[in-house]
Amino acid sequence: MALDSLKSEGFKQVGTRPDRPDGFDKVTGRAKFGADATAPGMLHAAIVRSPHAHARITRIDTSKAEALTGVKGVVTRADFATGLKGENWNILENVMAGDTALYDGHAVAAVAATSPLIARDAAKLIEVEYEILPHVTDVDEAMAEGAPVIREGAADKSVPPGLHPNVVRYHESGHGDVDKGFAEADLVIEDHFRTEATHQGYIEPHACLATLGGDGKGELWCCTQGHWNVQKICSALLGLETSQLRVTASEIGGGFGGKTTVFIEPVALALSRKTNKPVKLVMSRSEVFRATGPTSSTSMDVKIGMKKDGTITAAQGVFRLQGGAFPGAPCEFTAMCAFAPYALKNVHQVGYDVIANRPKQAAYRAPGSPMAAFAVESVIDELCGQLGLDPIETRLKNASKRGTKASFGPTFDQIGLVETLEAAKAHPHYSAPLKPGQGRGISCGFWFNHGGETAVSLALSEDGTAQLAVGTPDIGGSRASMALMAAEELGIPYENIRVTIADTATLGYNEVSHGSRVTYASGLATIEAARDAVKKLCARAAAKWGIPEDAVKWENGCAVPSGPNAGDFDPLPIDQITKRMGATGGPIVGHFEATPEGAGVSFATHIVDAEVDPETGKTSVVRYTVVQDAGKAIHPTYVEGQFQGGAAQGIGWALNEEYIYGEDGRLQNAVFLDYRIPVASDLPMIDTVIVEVPNPGHPYGVRGVGETSICPPLAAIANAVSAAAGVRLHELPMSPPRILTALEKQRDG
Amino acid sequence: MQYHKPENFEDAVAIAAQAQGLTRFLAGGTDVLVQLRADIAVPDTLVDVKGIGGVKDITRESDGGWRIGIAVSGAEMTEHPDLGRDWPGVVEATDLIGSTQIQGRATMTGNLCNGSPAADAVPAMVAVGMSVSVTGPDGTRRVPVEEIPAGPGRTSLAKGEMISALHIPPRGAAGGDAYLRFIPRTEMDIAVVGCAVNLRLDGDTVAEARVALGAVAPTVLLVADAADALVGTTLDDKALDALAEAASAACKPIDDKRGTVKFRTHVAGVLARRAAKIAYDRARSTRT
Ligand SMILES: Cc1cc2nc3c(=O)[nH]c(=O)nc-3n(C[C@H](O)[C@H](O)[C@H](O)COP(=O)(O)OP(=O)(O)OC[C@H]3O[C@@H](n4cnc5c(N)ncnc54)[C@H](O)[C@@H]3O)c2cc1C
Repeated sequence: MALDSLKSEGFKQVGTRPDRPDGFDKVTGRAKFGADATAPGMLHAAIVRSPHAHARITRIDTSKAEALTGVKGVVTRADFATGLKGENWNILENVMAGDTALYDGHAVAAVAATSPLIARDAAKLIEVEYEILPHVTDVDEAMAEGAPVIREGAADKSVPPGLHPNVVRYHESGHGDVDKGFAEADLVIEDHFRTEATHQGYIEPHACLATLGGDGKGELWCCTQGHWNVQKICSALLGLETSQLRVTASEIGGGFGGKTTVFIEPVALALSRKTNKPVKLVMSRSEVFRATGPTSSTSMDVKIGMKKDGTITAAQGVFRLQGGAFPGAPCEFTAMCAFAPYALKNVHQVGYDVIANRPKQAAYRAPGSPMAAFAVESVIDELCGQLGLDPIETRLKNASKRGTKASFGPTFDQIGLVETLEAAKAHPHYSAPLKPGQGRGISCGFWFNHGGETAVSLALSEDGTAQLAVGTPDIGGSRASMALMAAEELGIPYENIRVTIADTATLGYNEVSHGSRVTYASGLATIEAARDAVKKLCARAAAKWGIPEDAVKWENGCAVPSGPNAGDFDPLPIDQITKRMGATGGPIVGHFEATPEGAGVSFATHIVDAEVDPETGKTSVVRYTVVQDAGKAIHPTYVEGQFQGGAAQGIGWALNEEYIYGEDGRLQNAVFLDYRIPVASDLPMIDTVIVEVPNPGHPYGVRGVGETSICPPLAAIANAVSAAAGVRLHELPMSPPRILTALEKQRDG
Repeated sequence: MQYHKPENFEDAVAIAAQAQGLTRFLAGGTDVLVQLRADIAVPDTLVDVKGIGGVKDITRESDGGWRIGIAVSGAEMTEHPDLGRDWPGVVEATDLIGSTQIQGRATMTGNLCNGSPAADAVPAMVAVGMSVSVTGPDGTRRVPVEEIPAGPGRTSLAKGEMISALHIPPRGAAGGDAYLRFIPRTEMDIAVVGCAVNLRLDGDTVAEARVALGAVAPTVLLVADAADALVGTTLDDKALDALAEAASAACKPIDDKRGTVKFRTHVAGVLARRAAKIAYDRARSTRT
């Protein structure tokens, strides 16, 4: 995309750290989250869920529930659209089971009643008869001969013949000749790795308030990362015209990718249509664990060849991802990210998307990439160890740079991997002495980042302040960054800008807040919308002064003549122009709509020190440093927050978080007590270093930062733990029993 | 659901004795309310004990022992100026439950009567030889703590019976107690294994000892062999090895989402060793 102008220095506001505009509302409790909405005559809903991993639904009897006083309506699959195809069908099938319950927690019916307690009681009165079918939850077992088939015909054309029907998508990429490369190596290491599914673990459970009339017009309030997507999917699932459903996004208590799709919203709408009342639906934590998207579990094989001097001669990976009962596990991302940090002559990667009797996976921060890094960076660490090489020097030697042909195909533009490695090497953490029982781990990580459809509108008020409407829900302090960028362009104070997440009726389509795209794409659109408004402001000044429009420029919030030849006029401040907007041509609104495609890729290097108790297998992360390329940090505090958040979630994923299934295929730990997310006291202070290698695709050089930060932690922690324990760990989470078992195996030779 | 808030034990046990269906006493409520919300146990009758006189008191008895009210929270035990000096292990075990918010509510009585095999305060209570007053329609009796748990979620209390006070014996000279639990995190977790050690010294030699284990059997274990391994020793490596071995040998755990049989059995020995060292050091430092 051609940019009007690239700005790389002289920032007045960008790069400062003002308080976030939503901060006051959040600390005072005034912010309205998903469950905070109410409506007159509102009903409350509850969902009936399958207790079985895989079962045919033979009968649903709702009569007892419907007879209960206070119950106003029940819906089953019969209350949704028919004839859907592709991903819409998958989503509907996940939102409300058809003939078969596909996992423990799969929704089979829902009820609306006058109180939450009555709804819960009524849900217990809905009788569902099941014929239990054989189930499978493990990725390797699901691909093996004889595994129960989740659904015939689910595979697409990418899958080569001869594979189990549970393999539904296949990816293969790379270049060069890996066999030749391995032959050139002084040392080749091949190893097997596994990771368990983890949940995004957002603190706010899904919640919505839906109103839908018999006239097909609806209103939906919900907690989501992308309300246009909700609008589109819900309209399809309920057979509505898209424009007739207006969706408003609430404040969001975390999403991390897990709120990029729908779970309860279509159900609430169906109940509202049936009862002709507003319907509120709020998930419990157990429902969130059992029925919303965790990430994929994986089984991976990685083989890398290295010369004695550290040059990687060839790399190869096979990545099998289990993504629940529907296609969509991001196997291609895992494969494509795996070797992206390295400039390789010979590289080959394969990905399998495998279905099993688990909830439909959803995106989780850089979907697929952290697991790949775990496997690849563990093997590199092992190679460095055996060849006596420094882990950072070795990575520097092989690092991708501008002009490198990436392992997944394209050629990299300006990127910052080398800079993150240099900064990590220079950081005092890297040379700090370790105590006995401690180990240090290093890892790089990569994420693509994304642009996506974006629309922004910036309306000036008569007093010279500005209302900025964006369509990307704020999941990481983005309103502060938007206000900074608009303030920078308009030359007015940060506080004079009010940023609103507009509803679907107010702006054109905005893609979900995902792919680390918000500060990049909505930011780019904000800058362009502000420049559009500035152009209009300059035109008003030109008209007032009677000089050509191009003889006026914008400086420090004022229109000024562009040079001595333009005439001698006093600067005209923004509020002097906006005060007379009505009489000088009407409202001044800047806007911008596009699908920006220059989201620069992003790399990070993490350094971790871990301490392992050899008697109990318990790991403490004692020091952690994140070094990441942000392109340009608009609001450094929130960039650092993203860095720290990725590390914190990575620590949980690496050490203790996991989906635990019983023999019966039921989820054993659907509560925070047993799904062991780290608590504050489990985390060290997480140090951050912001590297800024500008992204040529953004007016200020911004790269997305939200996802790359979770790519290195699994590997960096695994490398630290392996160094501390003196034994290589191949499976996540590295829970205490697993570490003790590894130590014992090593002792027994 | 019926909610009662009686002002004395007589009324409380009368209500409980006459109640139909499921009855729960409401102390801190950190088990009762959570189980209610999660549909695990929805009581028909709730008897709030916090209106009964004296239930928030911590009292030193004339013999030097302690009487703890049934509604005293872990945080209140920590804040008491003298209790923790006598019985640091009991106070720690109670006041590591949950998080700061939970610690302001959770009681030893509730921890004991909830009947969880993993309850943290219970091994410490058993190790130090605590007893409880059980009040019922027919009066009050004293029962050793280890006789209260009857299995996961069950106690030996009869219908209409409740605990009306907790009793800790006099500390005496040259004694120390300690409690350690294993959790994969630093807090907000359920013990995978818990171990309490209480001992008294004669010079540098262990004269008396009690070792209790939690989360390795359906109910708390008082492990006589483990205590025997300590008595008569100066806690040398041999004694510690024998202690760890006896502790591990006593375990009858299960494999579940929180830990494996093998892991629990091994870690029971590790914790016994570590807790014994702490108790021993404490006993030596209080020796006069
Ligand atoms: C977030 C969280 C974290 C937790 N962490 C831990 C932990 O780390 N370790 C741990 O051991 N537990 C933990 N628990 C469980 C709980 O906090 C403890 O078991 C606590 O000690 C219970 O005490 P309470 O006063 O709240 O009991 P309540 O919930 O009031 O009562 C518990 C049980 O005791 C019975 N009861 C209460 N008083 C009497 C009486 N006088 N006579 C007879 N029966 C009685 C009740 O009927 C009920 O069955 C946690 C709970 C939560 C919610």
